[in-house]
Amino acid sequence: MGITALSTDSTAGDVYAWGMDKMAEPETAAATCLPEPFAGWFATRGWQPRPHQLAMYAQVSAGNSALLIAPTGGGKTLAGFLPSLVDLSQGASGKGLHTLYVSPLKALAVDIARNLETPVTEMELPIRIESRTGDTPAHKRQRQKTNPPDILITTPEQVSLLMAQEGAEHYFANLKTIILDELHALAPTKRGCLLALAIARLETLAPGLKRIGLSATVAEPDSLRAWLMPQREAGVEDLASFVEARGGAEPDLTILTPGEERMPWSGHSAVYALPALYEALKQAHMALIFTNTRSQAERLFHELWTINEDALPIALHHGSLDVSQRRKVEAAMAAGSLRAVVCTSTLDLGIDWGDVDLVINVGAPKGSSRILQRIGRANHRYDEPSRALLVPANRFEVLECEAARAAARDGAQDAEGPAQLKRDVLAQHILGCAVAAPFQPDALYEEITSAWPYRDLPREDFDQAVDFVSTGGYALKAYERYAKLKQMPDGRLRLAHPRLAQAWRMNAGTIVEAEMLKVRLASRRKSSAGKPLQNWGGKVLGEVEEWFVEQLSVGDTFLFAGQVLRLEAVEELNAYVSRSSATEPMIPSYQGGKFPLSTYLASRVRQMLAEPTSWGSLPEQVRDWLNVQRWKSVLPRPDEMLVETFPRANKNYLVCYPFDGRLAHQTLGMLLTRRLERAGMKPLGFVCNDYALSVWCLRDVSLAIETGHLSLAQLFDEDMLGDDLDAWLAESMLMKRTFRTCAIIAGLIERRWPGQEKSGRQMTVSADLIYDVLRSHQPDHWLLKAAWDDAASGLIDARRLAQMLARIKGHIIHKPLDAVSPLAVPVMLEIGREPVYGEANDALLAEAARDLESELIDEAMRLV
Amino acid sequence: MMQLAGVELLPCLSGAVYVPAYEALLVADLHLEKGSSRAHRGVHLPPYDTRAGLAALDRAISHWQPTQVLLLGDSFHDAGGPERMPPEDRATLDRLAKAANLTWLSGNHDPDLPAHLPGSRVNEVALGAITLRHEPSPDASAEIAGHLHPVAVISRRGRRVRAKCFVLSPRRLIMPAFGAFTGGLDVRHDAFRPLLPGDHFRVTMIGRSALHTLPGRAVL
Repeated sequence: MGITALSTDSTAGDVYAWGMDKMAEPETAAATCLPEPFAGWFATRGWQPRPHQLAMYAQVSAGNSALLIAPTGGGKTLAGFLPSLVDLSQGASGKGLHTLYVSPLKALAVDIARNLETPVTEMELPIRIESRTGDTPAHKRQRQKTNPPDILITTPEQVSLLMAQEGAEHYFANLKTIILDELHALAPTKRGCLLALAIARLETLAPGLKRIGLSATVAEPDSLRAWLMPQREAGVEDLASFVEARGGAEPDLTILTPGEERMPWSGHSAVYALPALYEALKQAHMALIFTNTRSQAERLFHELWTINEDALPIALHHGSLDVSQRRKVEAAMAAGSLRAVVCTSTLDLGIDWGDVDLVINVGAPKGSSRILQRIGRANHRYDEPSRALLVPANRFEVLECEAARAAARDGAQDAEGPAQLKRDVLAQHILGCAVAAPFQPDALYEEITSAWPYRDLPREDFDQAVDFVSTGGYALKAYERYAKLKQMPDGRLRLAHPRLAQAWRMNAGTIVEAEMLKVRLASRRKSSAGKPLQNWGGKVLGEVEEWFVEQLSVGDTFLFAGQVLRLEAVEELNAYVSRSSATEPMIPSYQGGKFPLSTYLASRVRQMLAEPTSWGSLPEQVRDWLNVQRWKSVLPRPDEMLVETFPRANKNYLVCYPFDGRLAHQTLGMLLTRRLERAGMKPLGFVCNDYALSVWCLRDVSLAIETGHLSLAQLFDEDMLGDDLDAWLAESMLMKRTFRTCAIIAGLIERRWPGQEKSGRQMTVSADLIYDVLRSHQPDHWLLKAAWDDAASGLIDARRLAQMLARIKGHIIHKPLDAVSPLAVPVMLEIGREPVYGEANDALLAEAARDLESELIDEAMRLV
Repeated sequence: MMQLAGVELLPCLSGAVYVPAYEALLVADLHLEKGSSRAHRGVHLPPYDTRAGLAALDRAISHWQPTQVLLLGDSFHDAGGPERMPPEDRATLDRLAKAANLTWLSGNHDPDLPAHLPGSRVNEVALGAITLRHEPSPDASAEIAGHLHPVAVISRRGRRVRAKCFVLSPRRLIMPAFGAFTGGLDVRHDAFRPLLPGDHFRVTMIGRSALHTLPGRAVL
């Protein structure tokens, strides 16, 4: 079988992992297509270029742009560089910048530069390769400017900065190729939008620029092929050539079954599976253990070490860890001195750090593309199957894992497509163009609409963007004389003052760091006079991600650190809370998967639920659970949405099962609660997970539906996406934070200013005031629309909610029950769950949760 | 109702104070044209703060029908403010000046207001025994001032509320900032300490639909 030539320095894996398989691949003869010294260099090592590497070489050397889709470890990076290396070896070098390589990861950029040096040195190629990131010192940047390398390895932000620098037209005049790595990860983001615009500018400076996209497998390769190309004609999409690497062997995917252990009803820790998981680790040479959240990773890491009798070297890797710590772990992986790394999505992308032969995914897969990419990390023998173990943490996750296994078998992809028409990014780019040189609006419009994400940008919208950039885009024309863009006699627009260029450089980029907020208990104790505000809040209970707080309004209660807390205010980077006398929180806890369940997997799960014939592969406990549900309540058909209502402990519950992911469910919960309030049902709170939503009320919901006082069709009517959503969203902190991000990217608010770094807090305060004033005086302002679009498509998943409401229209089945149903138990158990700080609290909470759990389960599964 | 040096003062929800004995309306720290104050640097914040501030002043004047309006300094955010004011907003100001006599006290942000503004310009002004000035003076025996933008935070039944407020002590009233883009400074901040010795003061907090007067010791 295949012999894979792997460098002993495994950090170079992505570059050196090209295999040799003379028997299986007839295209082998194509190797002779490679000119010297490349063919000889390959041969002396007994290596053989992979077919897709040769195909890419053939495409690009014929002058085409191309998208390469290849699994990790398929020698993708070399496939991207090979055409440039050959061209440069044949006399193209030393004539200015030839190839630009762009990676979303700074660390990757530096490593690629280092790894390319080896073949270049060994073949004695006259090629100079340098990297440039935000960390590159000024003197080196200056040297790169006056004496550019042949190949520059960099990040998207740097491309924008380079494009806007003085003399860019000379700097890029010789540019032949741009290589975009991890394109599947870049294109769905605002960074991708900014990069697409920068590439459109590069095309103007270096016409005929060849674009090479390197991507993992995606649902719609054609959208990436189109993304790569200049789009000049409306209605006709130009596509780049397409090369797809054979995916090696099909992955060997196993779902861990509980055996004798009881399969948990809810939760995400998968503690039940630890012994089996540990056994699997012992069998593997090197395992990557993926989790969905940082807290899961911490927990799992801790639990593994408590049973690590063999003292296997197991490490931890996630985004909150210090960078130097992460680098140490990566180095240890590369050196082969680790047996397992517990990690989060931080290791989804990037370099292969070692000989991973087993990937374990703990918790729900959430999306088929995500799981396939993770599985692809076990690639140390390209032509042998990747081995992966899915570990469901609860019963619903068993269904989700089964759905993911089926999806992986079919190679089905469901990752997001490329982002489009981000207005804030457009504004930043327009000013960047003015920084580079005066521009002709007509020409710039044409250039911008040649970028795929902006191909449908209406001229009116572009003109509004220019107006926004120049004077703020206000109906009140107050800033005409302070316009940032001045019209020249020939109609071009130029920057009004060089100072603005400096400000633009300081604010360039689309990454506005997500902030962690400290949860501070507002002390009731009177503070002594003169105490500054930041000390008022008393004790810090912990930190939560800003996005969680974004969901809350002042007065909402939530569970944190084992207590029901009431949000009082968000100021600076603090969420001020007080202890609430409520015994149950209104808002669901923030633990759980950070990634929403993909629409695709959700529909597979709905399908599976409806077809008992497909339950054969499920563990017996899970089958029992579903059978009792069928007996006690109903299992909905795939196109139906089940609503159950039942009384419990003096409250009346309404549980529905849309299977549309936590974000959409939270938005639905906010809106349903408002409507139930208006209907006089006295709702008290709601909780949701990826599958279901439970609202509880004081009034008897079953009775109200039965007597016709409450109509489920009206309750779930699509009109909730009108005024109710508007009213809720406009007042929500989520909207204010989204607006802040847009305002920073669009340049309305300064991120930094030369000599004085603005703190996050200062930006927050002014953004909120701006939002309020703008909303009351010019509600249709361009930037408010930008923020609205962002919030609706991203954080609240309004689009998915809309699809769901349309889907279930006329397909709601109501089942009034006397007690909780088996299917409702997991979401009911979410009530009161959240991360716990401190061991004593932990023990108490676990005890309380156990009591509630056994009570609920007894009730649900009682057959008589 | 408040009293200072025997003079009756009526605080309003808008953040203004009406003094019936002198038919005078008092407002502090409008910070007009704050939104446009960095426009020349390319920072184009919404230019609607002046409009919002003047509309609020208009409502207060219509309500109380004062013969004089005293603006307690920092009426404009910076020296260039009066020139940047949009014509529509300037027209509003001129109309207000016809309804009542305007007196502009100088503040640290606007020490030299231009003569073309309708009304008179002074550093300080007296209403009987009370001196009106921009920046409170620790030695004053009876004064009404602004400058500090006071806000207070209270906690009741586990609820925490932060609001702009009037601060009344035996010797002075410190008024809240009237402007739309103005932030606040906590009354527990050091800057208030020499002005409010001990807890001998009351705050009148501005709620959504009512004013709430609380003793200083209730303030967090």
